[in-house]
Amino acid sequence: MDLYAEEILDHYKHPRHYGHLDAPTLVYHDRNPLCGDEIELELKIEDGKVADIAYTGHGCAVSRAAASMMSEEIIGKSLEELRTWDKEDILDLLGIEVGPVRLKCALLPLKAMKAAVWGLGEDEAGE
Amino acid sequence: MTTTTMTQQATTFHVALDVEAIRADFPILQRRVHGVPLVYLDNAASSQKPRQVIDALTRYYEQTNANVHRGVHTLSEEATAQYEGARAKVASFIGSCCPKEVIWTRNASEAMNLLAYSWGRANLKRGDRVLLTEMEHHSNIVPWQILSAELGFEIAYVRVADDGTLILDDLPKLLARTKMFSFTYMSNVVGTINPVKELTQAAHKAGALVHLDACQAVPHMPVDVQALDVDFMSFSGHKMLGPTGIGALWGRRELLNAMPPWMGGGDMIREVHLSGFKPSELPWKFEAGTPAIAQAIGLGAAIDYLSQVGMEAVHQAERDLTAYAMQRLPEVKGLRMLGPKAEKRGGLVAFTLEAAHPHDIAAVLDSLGIAIRAGHHCAQPLHERYRIPASARASFYLYNTREEVDLLVKGLHKVVEMFTF
Repeated sequence: MDLYAEEILDHYKHPRHYGHLDAPTLVYHDRNPLCGDEIELELKIEDGKVADIAYTGHGCAVSRAAASMMSEEIIGKSLEELRTWDKEDILDLLGIEVGPVRLKCALLPLKAMKAAVWGLGEDEAGE
Repeated sequence: MTTTTMTQQATTFHVALDVEAIRADFPILQRRVHGVPLVYLDNAASSQKPRQVIDALTRYYEQTNANVHRGVHTLSEEATAQYEGARAKVASFIGSCCPKEVIWTRNASEAMNLLAYSWGRANLKRGDRVLLTEMEHHSNIVPWQILSAELGFEIAYVRVADDGTLILDDLPKLLARTKMFSFTYMSNVVGTINPVKELTQAAHKAGALVHLDACQAVPHMPVDVQALDVDFMSFSGHKMLGPTGIGALWGRRELLNAMPPWMGGGDMIREVHLSGFKPSELPWKFEAGTPAIAQAIGLGAAIDYLSQVGMEAVHQAERDLTAYAMQRLPEVKGLRMLGPKAEKRGGLVAFTLEAAHPHDIAAVLDSLGIAIRAGHHCAQPLHERYRIPASARASFYLYNTREEVDLLVKGLHKVVEMFTF
């Protein structure tokens, strides 16, 4: 079925950059209380760019795959560029149709990443 | 239309449903989803409608539609007769003597809010206690929490044991200072059927009133408010083959009479002057504005349908199906069912899978035409108690079959296969 294309399942079973960083520059924790998806994101920033990324947490295949794919894409990107990332960028990465109910799952890692790079407090992130 | 056949097996008298005939009454069961037949196992969320209910709605709008109560013309009189007739059907269906004890609401949630705001406001103060349980639906928690913040009374909770039954050892202590014990007849997650008579006796002995959340009970088994001796009861029409937008709060008339009005406006008054108003008598005192006339009549048709099938027969059929499901589900690797054994529960099973998150389970099953629910089912406190973020739930009704349970199990094997590595 479309939602669970090979690539999505692969990222779910073997999430890239899963774990912790030694000395992260930015850490951000977020969750989706409605379904239980949760992510703790760690970024190492050097010269205004993402030098390394790691994350932990649990959740559905869509949120896990989104986190994994995003982690591969953003290494080397500048904070300025990441601040402009929006939902289309994540959906392009996932490459699949995500219905309205699962959209929140797909966007959770993005939300955490943007909050981290904007330096927001944990309650301020919002939509 | 529908037939129930009686067969005698040894000493048990078993009334069986003619499920094929019943299924033929439900147009939506012919639907295909993603190219395969629909397998609808989300009845605890909402039920499908038989042609008889759909036709009743259409017929009302085609032949009778008019506003009720005020009109002297023919259409209004007919509409009023059918609308109040539906109210009488509800009263009779739940064992109440009197239609005036049945207050129409939009749904059970509205009924519980009505109870909290009207009865609660007039009767609760700081130092009092409202007793709920850990397994309650949010609609039987949040209205009390909102009111508690305003009035300062305490809310306590009967705890749930690992097997999904209520822990009753400390019930006498919990009932101290309790003015209202509000609990569910049957949990929409763990499926537990609570011992209503016993709990009501204990509550009354301690001087507390009882409100029963019967959303998962009235649609699925015979319910008699006089036999149960409860003081208030809420339920929704859409879960019992009726349309959306109609539900009811049943209450003892002495209690309802003593409660202040809730929503103000047309129809709930006897008189209005610039200087003030006099509220109407029961039941209209709690029903402001033009009601959901068509929907009430639709619910009446649903009750006619269920009465013909027989609630005892419906209950038995669901218990058999659930017992069968609980026998087969453990065949799925890493599947953990929530709640008690089949004998202590009604027709639903919530579960988790090691291999996949409930959302993923539900999405894969959907691709196979199977509709289940995933999430916390409006029972977050219960999920917190079990330390799980979410669960998947299959819930049955009179038109579900063993073949559908087999398809569910087959689908779950596929989920495990897809997500295991």
